[in-house]
Amino acid sequence: MRFARRYALVPLATIALATAVLAPPAPAQEKTLKLGGLATLEGVFAKNGEDSMRGIEMALKEYKNSAGGYRIELVKASSDAKPDTAIRAARKLIEQDGVQILVGPLSGSEGLAMKDFAKSKPEITFINGSSAAQDTTLRDPAPNFFRFSSDGAQWSYGLGEHVYKTKGWKKVASLAEDYSFPYTQFYGFALEYCALGGKITHRSWVPLGTKDYASVIAALPQDVDAVYVVLGGADAIAFLNQYQQAGGRAKFIAGSITVDPAILTSRGRAKEALLGTPAGSPIADNWGDPNWQKFVKLYQDTFPADQRFPTPSLFAANYYIATKAALDGLNAVKGDLTNNQAELRKWLSSATIDAPTGKIRLDENRQAIAPNFITEVAERRDGSLYNEVVKVIPSVNQTLNMDRAKFMAIGPVGRDNPKCD
Amino acid sequence: MTIAVERHEAARPAQPARALPVDLPSLAILALLILMPAFASRFVLTEVFGLTYAFGIIALSLQFLAGYGGMVNLAQITVAGVAGYMVAVIGPNTMGFGLGWPWWVAILISLLIAVAVSAAIGLLAIRTDGIYTIMITLAICAAFSYFTFQNYDIFNGYNGINGVSPPRVLGVDWTEPTAFYYLLLGFAALSYFIALYVSRSTFGLALQGIRDSARRMEAIGFNVPAHRVAAYVFTGMIAAVGGILLLWHNGRISPGTIGVGAAIDILIMAVIGGLRHPIGPFIGALIFVCLSTFAMDIVEVVIPRERFKLVVGLGFLLMVLFSPDGVMGIVDRIRRSVRRNGSA
Repeated sequence: MRFARRYALVPLATIALATAVLAPPAPAQEKTLKLGGLATLEGVFAKNGEDSMRGIEMALKEYKNSAGGYRIELVKASSDAKPDTAIRAARKLIEQDGVQILVGPLSGSEGLAMKDFAKSKPEITFINGSSAAQDTTLRDPAPNFFRFSSDGAQWSYGLGEHVYKTKGWKKVASLAEDYSFPYTQFYGFALEYCALGGKITHRSWVPLGTKDYASVIAALPQDVDAVYVVLGGADAIAFLNQYQQAGGRAKFIAGSITVDPAILTSRGRAKEALLGTPAGSPIADNWGDPNWQKFVKLYQDTFPADQRFPTPSLFAANYYIATKAALDGLNAVKGDLTNNQAELRKWLSSATIDAPTGKIRLDENRQAIAPNFITEVAERRDGSLYNEVVKVIPSVNQTLNMDRAKFMAIGPVGRDNPKCD
Repeated sequence: MTIAVERHEAARPAQPARALPVDLPSLAILALLILMPAFASRFVLTEVFGLTYAFGIIALSLQFLAGYGGMVNLAQITVAGVAGYMVAVIGPNTMGFGLGWPWWVAILISLLIAVAVSAAIGLLAIRTDGIYTIMITLAICAAFSYFTFQNYDIFNGYNGINGVSPPRVLGVDWTEPTAFYYLLLGFAALSYFIALYVSRSTFGLALQGIRDSARRMEAIGFNVPAHRVAAYVFTGMIAAVGGILLLWHNGRISPGTIGVGAAIDILIMAVIGGLRHPIGPFIGALIFVCLSTFAMDIVEVVIPRERFKLVVGLGFLLMVLFSPDGVMGIVDRIRRSVRRNGSA
């Protein structure tokens, strides 16, 4: 029995071992700066998250991993589009790995949570990855959270007009995931579309991660000119497959990430339903601008063809721009991170970033004022699909170029805003 | 699962009630855990051990019900979630969402609601047995998480509620890592010892009797349904405490925290730790937290970083393969073989 008792020490040893292993690493060498990269490497947006990481890696490669006199070390972390997972990953990056600048997150509601989390970490600078919910910066912003990407409503700028006037579609139904980012996209599209006289007669909101769309497809009305679909990643692929199997023939209007390369390069014929689909987006795959072409080439040269998309997705572009802003900032302030990185933040707030998509600068809420694109899905000679640029809008701000007070009066995004029936 | 548990326990008759165990190894572990803040980093304190305690308490509520009552209730995370959500909605948060009443009112109301919910789940679930209990509680869990997902008036939908922190009580700032560590450790130890005590009380022994043979217990005059519902109420209380601590730990709550995935996580913790003793869930939670936090750093060399979930899955698979009754089973087997060798 005494022997037996002794073996109760096993859990003790386990804990001791765990503590030893988990003890924080020795303080980093001088002149190394850790940059956290947070994207969704799990779940619905896994493919998008991988491309985001490519965006960060490209920027680091371009700057030869050094800026402001620091050697930049990238520490990656993953989430799954759930706000709680994103915060846990951010905590690990900051408290365990010791990152001083964090680039991320990817998904809308993650961004909303990150903004609130940022307020409790005033010593860290947060640069948004690709999350595009409106209230991450519009209402109650965090002083240390910067967003060099535009939000979901800005991405929709110009789409309503294109659909109503050029396409001549006067009545549409909508299908979107039920969380902050699709609300923001819908809001941007609907404001413009409904002001012109368009009607949205039916709205379906499905939980993020929905795999079975049978009942949703059955409920889609037949008497509409098109269906506005804002689904991302695996959700979009599942919907398109089932829609085609159900024999659906409607025309689509797409959310920005519904016509992402992750979907256009997916296996199977489902994506063909997207041919000709218009969308609003912060990038356009075949834009002729030399800066964009240079960026595409850098992307294609950095990663072998089987480990990337044919052209960078908006996630790669947004994460690239975010990382580039951080590195440019470090260079500009010569690595001065004293006083809670005050100099860096001052620079970021007032800088104009020469991004592959055009000039980007921040407003007083540290939210990007950026160009926007209207695209349509087209086919390359080899049969693969891409987003053909239709229209370039040189500058869109967060209030969709409207008067700020008037814009705020419309109220926060949500399932029922704007009304429009 | 129920069957496995029953067989195991049958081989090992319930121990009679005795004083709390104050043997040397247990004391050493306790001392180590108490001294932890002296040498561990902030991250290890809150993100590894703090999270372990919070998850461990919720997994403990499942272990108690499954191990001693033979009822595998996956809705414990729902009860924890109800408590967490109620504290976030009724009490103060930085979003200015909800009622914003004083913290102690919020905690009181949320505990009451959570225990009532647990009793209701119990009343429904005790009519079923074995796999049907698992199914009905899983359904309740899925229903509640989808409800919070889509309801913006009370639960703020997919975004959840941000900016909830433990209140300032007795002049102590409980958000400070060391204080928060002790808060979690205190509640973990408290629930552990209470669970241990109750398992050896008359009620606990009767519950184990019911688990082994409900009909015999009924025949000798025990009110079986009442005992089972009481077990739900008791473990609901533990789960609710765990839920509030988890809320404070994360500083927020959203549907992802209480969804089906989370319910399975809690089950994994309880199973890999071992369902037979209240320490099991805490060991399981520690392993789970370590794997899910550090898998990404471990895999870098072996497989692409994006595939780190593979390591987590393989870890659990190996664990279940080599020890169907969890870490506690491994410990027991080592003990037995030592005893055999010792006497030879």
